Amino acid sequence: MTESKLNVVGQSVLRRDGLGHVTGKTVYIDDIKFRDMLYLKMVRSPVPHARLKGIDFSEAEKVPGFVRAFTHEDVPKNIYTILCLIGVGPDEEPVLVEDEIRYKGEQIAAIVAETEEAAMEAVSRVKLDLEELPAVLDVEEAIKPDAPVLKHWGTNYFIYEDYHCRRVRLGDVEKGFAEADFIVEGRYQTSPIEHAPAETTACVAKPEADGRITVYTNTQAIYFTLDNTALILQVPFQKLHFVGGTVGGGFGGKVDVLLEPIASLAAIKTGRPVKFKFTREEEMRCSSSRGAWRMYFKDGVTKDGRIIARKITTYADAGAYNRHTPYAVTKHAANIAGPYRIPNVWIDGYCVYTNRQPGSAMRGFGVTPASFALEVQMDKIAETVGLDPWSVRFINAYRDGDMKPHQKVVEDATLIEVMQAAAKMVGHELPEEYQKMSSQALEEG
Amino acid sequence: MASKIISFTLNGRLTEVLVKPLTTLGTLLREQLDLTAAKSGCKQGGCGSCTVLLNGQPVLSCLLPVEEVEGQQVITLEGITPTDGLNPIQEVFYENFAIQCGYCSPGMILVTKALLDKNPHPSREQIIDSLTGNYCRCTGYEPIIQAVEKAAQRLNGHEG
Repeated sequence: MTESKLNVVGQSVLRRDGLGHVTGKTVYIDDIKFRDMLYLKMVRSPVPHARLKGIDFSEAEKVPGFVRAFTHEDVPKNIYTILCLIGVGPDEEPVLVEDEIRYKGEQIAAIVAETEEAAMEAVSRVKLDLEELPAVLDVEEAIKPDAPVLKHWGTNYFIYEDYHCRRVRLGDVEKGFAEADFIVEGRYQTSPIEHAPAETTACVAKPEADGRITVYTNTQAIYFTLDNTALILQVPFQKLHFVGGTVGGGFGGKVDVLLEPIASLAAIKTGRPVKFKFTREEEMRCSSSRGAWRMYFKDGVTKDGRIIARKITTYADAGAYNRHTPYAVTKHAANIAGPYRIPNVWIDGYCVYTNRQPGSAMRGFGVTPASFALEVQMDKIAETVGLDPWSVRFINAYRDGDMKPHQKVVEDATLIEVMQAAAKMVGHELPEEYQKMSSQALEEG
Repeated sequence: MASKIISFTLNGRLTEVLVKPLTTLGTLLREQLDLTAAKSGCKQGGCGSCTVLLNGQPVLSCLLPVEEVEGQQVITLEGITPTDGLNPIQEVFYENFAIQCGYCSPGMILVTKALLDKNPHPSREQIIDSLTGNYCRCTGYEPIIQAVEKAAQRLNGHEG
């Protein structure tokens, strides 16, 4: 038998972009410069919640190098939601604020100028007429009846197929609690996290002779961004040519559509290339962060460590707008009961709006906070029942053929094998019964 | 205030530039001279992506006024890159995957050069200490530290 020789699998293959990176020849967005290029800077809200009654550009217009200002009136379809492309709706985020500001740092007006300094100077001279409104900054406060309402549909939560939250139901949790020997409860909270890529979010939009716009961008979601930009500008998709792929760190922080539509609009209206690059401060304070979550668990457990009922109420803080959070909640609801065989599960997952900086995608978003809360809860169960943390996970581990709470039959379980391998790697001696377990074999016990 | 003519040696060549007062070296390099290897990650001295060498020492070009380099020697990553191939430090960064998104790489490589020029046999602690001003959000620090160790071995001619 001849040994098959593989060229790439099993080999260490040098990075295709590596030579550019070590010589500094890789071209990132901020390295791009065109003759006649203009610089775009944003007028942002200094407060988390307000009515915008007026904008005065008169002093800004006097700054040498000022070219023009843009407000929502210049944006063909100003209200959007990025996930409309996968059926999420209704539209609810303005490209530029119309009459209500919903978070500190929100984009109100764009100014383009001959130099970056002139654009910043002009932004600093814009006067806003604001009527500050009470802000709601906590997810549970936001869904109380007396909270200030942030959405045009009259609630501070996303509506999932006519329901106030994403619901998952399996069996009867109340029956499970009645049969349990222990009730174990927990409240878990995660914080927003900034991706802090070394390269801030940026794009350059350049009008071409044939009427198309070339957009050089460090987005992580180039087609989502192209499509959303075309929808916002109300131009055919083929009018836009997006060039990307070189990203100086993203981690989920460059999947929203905050720069390209307005930079493209400015390029169309001025006929000149326009660069829009976040400052480090904007990256920290205005770009989407990892969303914060609050999760409540109530588990019914038998004295031999079996979880027989799990009830979870969980709140995602979307901040002021959807971005990717409605989708994150669905993913979260599908995963938060864990890779465990639990006959009775009840989950209510809320996507809640507050006057905070919007949360969005970041590395496993929706699932990572669920895993944190869930596994701390598993340790709490082990402690309550008097088992070691390994046992409680082996006892409850799901296997192929089990029904997951969101009505999907498990087909590819590997939890048991992963735990067996992990135990070996950390030098933890497992009892024989756990060493012999397999995700494939459906055993009772 | 009027612009000034500043002369200094940039990557081995005598260079004269006309700059407005308080223009930073980073802005001069990137915007006026089109040397874009040094990055502009934060413009507040926090990330090290703008690192260049001033008389062989790493400095943050985003904070350094050009007036301060009058008569001195500035080296950027372009200046240590051979016409053909790579500098040994670039080689080990490339071969050992001490690069991910690449944005911190110019700074990391120049800090490594400054370290190895004055200390050809650095300890792991000295390597870590020299890299503390340079941020890598891809968190590739361990491969970078190992690359610096390998670069030292290669430059000393006894690679393991």
